[in-house]
Amino acid sequence: MDLLLKERTMYDVIVLGAGPAGANAALEAADNGLKTLLLDEQKVAGGQVWRAKSKSILKAPSTEASEKGDELRTKINQSAIEVKFNSRVWHIEKQDDDTWLMASDAEQLTAKALIIATGSQERIIPTQGWTLPGVIGLGGATVLFKEHMMVPGRRTVVAGNGPLVFLVASEIIRLKGTVAAVVSLNNRIDWLKALPSMLSNPSLAWQGFKWIFKLYKMRVPVFWQHGINKIEGKEKVEGVTVIKVDHNWHKSDQAEQYIPAESVCYGHGLMPAIEATRLAGADHHYDELLGGWVPTIDKYGRTSVSNLYACGDNAGILGVSVAPMRGRMAALAVLEDLTGKKHNKKDLKIFDKAKKIGLAATALSIPRSGLQSFITKDTEVCRCECISRREIEHEIKTGALSPNAVKSGTRCGMGPCGGRYCSESLALITQHISKKTRSEIGLSTARSPLRPVALDDISNEIDYDKLPIPGVSPL
Amino acid sequence: MNVIFDIAVIGGGNMGCGAAIRLAEGGMRTIILEQGDIGQGASGVNAGTLSLQIKRVKLMPYAIKGHEEWQNMGAEVGFHKTGGYTLAFNDREAELLYERMTLKKEAGANISFVSDKELIEKEPALARKVVAASYCGDDGYANSLLSGQYYRKKIKQSGISFLEKFKVIQIRENSDGFEISSGGQTVVAKRLLLACGGWMKDIAAMIGADLPINARINTVSVTERAPRLLNSIIGHATGLLTMKQKENGTVLIGGGWQGKGTPEQGRGNVSLETLIPNLQLAKFALPKLSKIRIVRSWTGFEANVPDFYPLAGRLANKENVFVLGCVRGGYTIGPYISKLMGDYILGRQPEMPLFDPSRDFK
Repeated sequence: MDLLLKERTMYDVIVLGAGPAGANAALEAADNGLKTLLLDEQKVAGGQVWRAKSKSILKAPSTEASEKGDELRTKINQSAIEVKFNSRVWHIEKQDDDTWLMASDAEQLTAKALIIATGSQERIIPTQGWTLPGVIGLGGATVLFKEHMMVPGRRTVVAGNGPLVFLVASEIIRLKGTVAAVVSLNNRIDWLKALPSMLSNPSLAWQGFKWIFKLYKMRVPVFWQHGINKIEGKEKVEGVTVIKVDHNWHKSDQAEQYIPAESVCYGHGLMPAIEATRLAGADHHYDELLGGWVPTIDKYGRTSVSNLYACGDNAGILGVSVAPMRGRMAALAVLEDLTGKKHNKKDLKIFDKAKKIGLAATALSIPRSGLQSFITKDTEVCRCECISRREIEHEIKTGALSPNAVKSGTRCGMGPCGGRYCSESLALITQHISKKTRSEIGLSTARSPLRPVALDDISNEIDYDKLPIPGVSPL
Repeated sequence: MNVIFDIAVIGGGNMGCGAAIRLAEGGMRTIILEQGDIGQGASGVNAGTLSLQIKRVKLMPYAIKGHEEWQNMGAEVGFHKTGGYTLAFNDREAELLYERMTLKKEAGANISFVSDKELIEKEPALARKVVAASYCGDDGYANSLLSGQYYRKKIKQSGISFLEKFKVIQIRENSDGFEISSGGQTVVAKRLLLACGGWMKDIAAMIGADLPINARINTVSVTERAPRLLNSIIGHATGLLTMKQKENGTVLIGGGWQGKGTPEQGRGNVSLETLIPNLQLAKFALPKLSKIRIVRSWTGFEANVPDFYPLAGRLANKENVFVLGCVRGGYTIGPYISKLMGDYILGRQPEMPLFDPSRDFK
């Protein structure tokens, strides 16, 4: 068919995702002479963490993140890497000759090896009122800061768990916004427990405490071991009620407190963005220390599928400090597997040490089972299809124990987001009812497209008579 | 479990559940063993088309009965009788359409040929490139997503035992009948009914039967919710396109384009080489799809034997082993043929003849 007959370049390696891990993987691969293509859906390299400032605010003062990003972008420009930004990869397929075929809009790309570096995604467990305008995720908030130097609203409540809560609150203050309160599910002891491992990277630990210190100095109320019970407001956010939680983050029966606010930033840590490795057929397992479901990989990032590698937060949330190293290691594995060229294994030791810090930060982000108590019966779990907890519970209680079965019966997760946002809540609810483990509950089947794509964007106009119509069905 | 079941049904799809319900009604102590979830194999992922226009001539009486069954199941399975058009876009297809639909009409389907004017009036969004079209007022669709929910409820009501996530790895014959093992659990039953679709060949091999089964791997895609574009289900003279717009506005696109993979490897994968022409064909027939986004494409297995007729009957030399599958148009015919199968196992005379699985396939 003419579409596929088009000449395609066979790359040695395609790297999906140009954040710190993916970009460094591409740099290492290209430096070693591999024909390398780097893809990202954003306009430039840097990922979420080293995101570039938008053109309108170029003159604004640089931050550490924007500087590191600029350095990375310069290196990429000077390298032999081919780049394609604004690229929407929606399909990944192993071909019969063991190479990879991918589709990015109507364009088809092929490579001998594929490195997936798609990073992380936010975990947001619903609470009453979470769909009101004025509520954004913690990750979404950092995009506002980095790209546009904007704050979410005049008075913001920042809530959830993990280090991101304090980063977001301190950034709002840096950008002259007002933080009405910080509501942290973690308590002070959680932070103290994370301290020893964090201290092996003092600058990082110091940074975390600097954030907290700054908030105290500005007299921002910090509610430790609290969660948002309800986001109040008619047409937009007007305030929140916060409530104390127990050790498992289950809502307590203590009195709520009301805090007026115009916006809410909240989230429950980051989880690996695994759609691409799942679509490519890799085995995955559940490891809460790594942020949830992760591809099963060796130390270099080799997955269970030949010529498929994963590096960066999508292979387990370990953060930016190890991401470049993980990227380089994956590229060296590709080099070894494609050319037989051995490399220096010294990296592994440095990696193991660095990994500890990442794990400590992730430990603060691990959601606990009591979080499900925030999802009341009427709370919408699946925003795309407007499915409440009540409907989901009914389905589970009548025997639908797997995500596939609940999806089929209720349409939860069948909208345009593909279950990206609700699958975690669905698993928490299933776990609560069935008492099964996350591994036993499993995941729903991964399918193309990775993102919704319009028919016009993926298929050119056709000459009807040239359509490859196979034989007709038996009469 | 020390119970000895009268029959173990391997496969909890429409075929297996349908037969199990009949068997339980007939007094048999029945258990269903399903490797995944009830109704989540081909029964839960197919495009849900209920069309007499795409049924084989010889199977038409079964399909007509099948339509009645779906109509009776009604809203619980998302049944909609919308009527359906089959389209031809060139002379070759028009000839094919005429020849085939004439035979199907003679076999009892309520099919007529329709004018351009009528088609445009009823389906104004279709491309004005149709050369010929046929219509069947009995056609429609059901929502295959609801198969699991529906049958789980029905088998519970019938008192049928069932085990999900029970992947059969071994079947041993002994004096009691059969010991069916998943590795962790073992179930004992006097009789076996194999109703496991694409997985039938492997399971049959466990009791020494070699069935000439191939699995086709059909691709289906669904769009986001769109404004009303279609009122009826749409087919293509070659059978290579089916389209329907569900009540919620999503458009399902099928047509049997072949993906990749085998039942042993999992659920199969979509192949770009066939997905693209499938979607192009859909866009050609319904130009307004151009701006609509595809949300998901997937595959499901359809088992076939060389003559493309069902396997429904007793295995040769195996007094107590029955098979049910490989029914072309199995989604439509399943609820009916599974009842016939149940009757046969219960020793009753089925209303219509079954299909000997030990026949000569040449």
